[in-house]
Amino acid sequence: MDIKRTNIRALRKALDSKEISAAELCGEYFKRIEDADPRLLSYITVTKEKALQDAEKAQAVINAGNSAPLTGIPLAVKDNICIDGVRTTCASKMLENFIPPYNAAVIEKLNAQGYVLLGKTSMDEFAMGGSTQTSAFAKTRNPYDLERVPGGSSGGSAAAVAAGLAPAALGSDTGGSIRQPASFCGVTGIKPTYGRVSRYGLVAFASSLDQIGPIANDARDCALLLNAICGHDRHDATSANVDTPDFSEKIGKPISGLKIALPKEFFSDAVEPAVKQHVLDASKELEKRGAVLVDCSMPGLKYAVPAYYLIACAEAASNLSRFDGIKYGFRGEGRTYEELIRDSRSRGFGEEVKRRILLGNYALSSGYYDAYYKKALALKQEIIKEYNDIFGIADVILTPTAPTPAYKIGEQDNDPVKMYMADICTVTVNIAKLPAVSTTCGYTENGLPVGMSIIGRRFDETTVLQVADEWENGFAPISPKL
Amino acid sequence: MSAYFPTMGLEIHAELLTKSKVFCTCSAEFGGTPNSRCCPVCSGLPGTLPVLNRKAVEYIIKAGYVMNCEISRFTKWDRKNYFYPDLPKAYQISQMPRPVCLSGNVKINVNGAEKNIRINRIHLEEDAGKLVHDDVNRISLADYNRCGVPLIEIVTEPDFHSADEVIAFIEKIKLLLQYAGICDCKMEQGSIRCDVNISIAPKGSNELGTRTELKNLNSLKAISRAIEAEIERQEELLDNGERVIQQTRRFNEQLGETTAMRSKEDAHDYRYFPDPDIPPIIFTEEELEEIRRSIPELPEQRVERYVNEYGIKKADADIIVGNKTICDFFDEAIAEYNNPKAVANYIIGELMNRINRGEADMENLNFGGAEFAQLVEFMQTDKISQANAKTILREMIENGGSPKDIADRDDLWIKEDSGAIALVVDEIIANNPKAVEQYKKGDQKVFGFFMGQANKALKGAASPKAIQEYIRSKLEGNS
Repeated sequence: MDIKRTNIRALRKALDSKEISAAELCGEYFKRIEDADPRLLSYITVTKEKALQDAEKAQAVINAGNSAPLTGIPLAVKDNICIDGVRTTCASKMLENFIPPYNAAVIEKLNAQGYVLLGKTSMDEFAMGGSTQTSAFAKTRNPYDLERVPGGSSGGSAAAVAAGLAPAALGSDTGGSIRQPASFCGVTGIKPTYGRVSRYGLVAFASSLDQIGPIANDARDCALLLNAICGHDRHDATSANVDTPDFSEKIGKPISGLKIALPKEFFSDAVEPAVKQHVLDASKELEKRGAVLVDCSMPGLKYAVPAYYLIACAEAASNLSRFDGIKYGFRGEGRTYEELIRDSRSRGFGEEVKRRILLGNYALSSGYYDAYYKKALALKQEIIKEYNDIFGIADVILTPTAPTPAYKIGEQDNDPVKMYMADICTVTVNIAKLPAVSTTCGYTENGLPVGMSIIGRRFDETTVLQVADEWENGFAPISPKL
Repeated sequence: MSAYFPTMGLEIHAELLTKSKVFCTCSAEFGGTPNSRCCPVCSGLPGTLPVLNRKAVEYIIKAGYVMNCEISRFTKWDRKNYFYPDLPKAYQISQMPRPVCLSGNVKINVNGAEKNIRINRIHLEEDAGKLVHDDVNRISLADYNRCGVPLIEIVTEPDFHSADEVIAFIEKIKLLLQYAGICDCKMEQGSIRCDVNISIAPKGSNELGTRTELKNLNSLKAISRAIEAEIERQEELLDNGERVIQQTRRFNEQLGETTAMRSKEDAHDYRYFPDPDIPPIIFTEEELEEIRRSIPELPEQRVERYVNEYGIKKADADIIVGNKTICDFFDEAIAEYNNPKAVANYIIGELMNRINRGEADMENLNFGGAEFAQLVEFMQTDKISQANAKTILREMIENGGSPKDIADRDDLWIKEDSGAIALVVDEIIANNPKAVEQYKKGDQKVFGFFMGQANKALKGAASPKAIQEYIRSKLEGNS
């Protein structure tokens, strides 16, 4: 069976019709991992032994005719989501040998369906970055061009799905960490509404922005995975106690009359012309299929990146304080408590993580709080208001996912501000707690994928998935050569 | 006379009596094998999230009501960031700008005068763990059992001007919290802890002096001594033309003096910010009213009830209510034997005496209020003599058991055996003709002599009434 870019529905059919067994299926993926991952570097940990056990259990369920949508389906999980007994590193030396004694809420839900874990995928250290090059263990490459980054921070998940090393994967998105790597690797990823998926067991980067979501071959698989992991969780006070629809319920329904807004600030000169053109072309195509394009403006966008980095770093500084070398993880040396934590944190964290911790602590310090953190919260309210205004005249918003396609490894290393500005198209969605899906809308002359994002109203994942699926129906994806 | 007057404010931390911790479902009970009462959440494992225990919120609202506070309709939680090995998340979840309770007041009595102490705020937070230092092996061990136990912090205005006022206030707060079922207030277990902010200023001055903060105060006695020592230290400084430095000081019980822990310059910048993991709470009037109605009877109401309904003297009621364990014991006793005055008298006159002498420990009595009440009833109904009742009480304190069983076993009942009385009294009368003469001449006082002799000889086997009647019949029958 050719597993490259095979979607979950096809795998389901193959499993249920006994064309392939669950063990054979995950075996195919491990073969592919052994073959391609030494070049791709998408996994930090491969859980072959556990997978074969899980597959056996799943097979019994399949044989009994009791398959759930994900029974026996192999999946990869980003390495910041805790799995009982499986090393969870956050791609940091700090947690190199950390084995959680508990499961994240999403893992409990996947277990209930009998999924099969392939392994834990690489990422930027503690999800801080957009290139997966800050990973302490596996600096993942882009399957379309191994000289280029896969995006990040969920770069391992996106690259693995794109290159057929997993049919789908979980990622997490704090400021674009699902959507941007999905865009760079030519796959589909959705950041759900904040509160849609429990964060319990996701190692926190910025608690008010983090959200777990799927990365898959298409919007339909994203809907299927989101159906599995969503829902209120009593272990997460920020998880929303709202009804959960079938996220594929609108898939296949016509989009005629649907209003798509194109805020002009997302199409400024900061965005590469080729990227802009692909997204605008896609909008015209959607218009042809019945959608109504709406011009609009989002003046607050120019403040979005600074506001985002102040909030995210402030929360991160506090969230990452627990890594002190005392209880678990990397332990440095020192004669006193102060010396010990100083050494543990100096050597356990990478440069980008330390930069953000410093930035966050600075923003929260007495005397600076009002000027930075408080102002960022005011900007957050402004951005929410501007989104509300747009959703008063449109059903979804269409934007580029990133200003550029995948860039060369090392290209942005010396300019953190430039790197932060590359998040301009994605961060407002997290600030406003909205759902957004990124799907491929074209390829550059070099054959690099270009992604576009469809942003929806809070808790309206069904519509953004409907639009993404409508687009994907007329689009022929090009697989990477790897 | 000192040329200065002191001004103090208090920060009181009290652990709430909830069954589980404030952000997870672990037991909040005191003690336990180290690290046996913790889970991924309260030990701060990566990825875990706090979920607020609504019961703890109810308790702090009750605390607010008993201290006459305003209850915020909107309240939220903040992170207080600092590194310490007993704080596994490296931040404490607390409340900064939006505490649950604001501006209350509590009345205290000091040397007969009533005084009003203003409460600035009460907020809800989580306790930290405990460090155990092993000096022999030169290591420190962390016990996270206490991590996440709900705490309220009561902050007063600087309304105290003497150690007596401080002690009276803490005693009052302890009673209020105990009676409202909010905290058991066991200072020795650390379930209530007090820091004192203290400054002195020249008499007549309108400005407060530079303050120091006293920590590590483990008993009321330590608080009182620490305050006196610190006032003395500050007075000496000012007398010598020196300045008081704003700092945190620790009280050394052995030396009876305070020593500097850290100065203002070393103070942490806690980088407070709203905790993104815990949504703010908005209370409705109905919710607050329901909580207010659920507050049990408070000390002042109990005193009133005892005086008005039971006819107990105010002073006696104050004594009983002044100790919640005794007060509950009293209530239990009068449920068994509805004679509040007699029970109260015997508690104050007999039981508390023994407690004060160290013969009994109220917190670990071998018997309950019901057994105690039976004893009082036997005495009141002339089934057991007063002398034998004391013997039985001593036995109950030492070994427990019911008064009935003890009286049976040791043969301590009044038997009303008229033959035995006659035998004894006849002999006493026969042996004391002079006294009989005196009585016949009208000296009533000598009757007591006969009673005493008879009681002694009968060893409580007859009721005083029966003895009295027989003696009288004998003495007067002979006339």
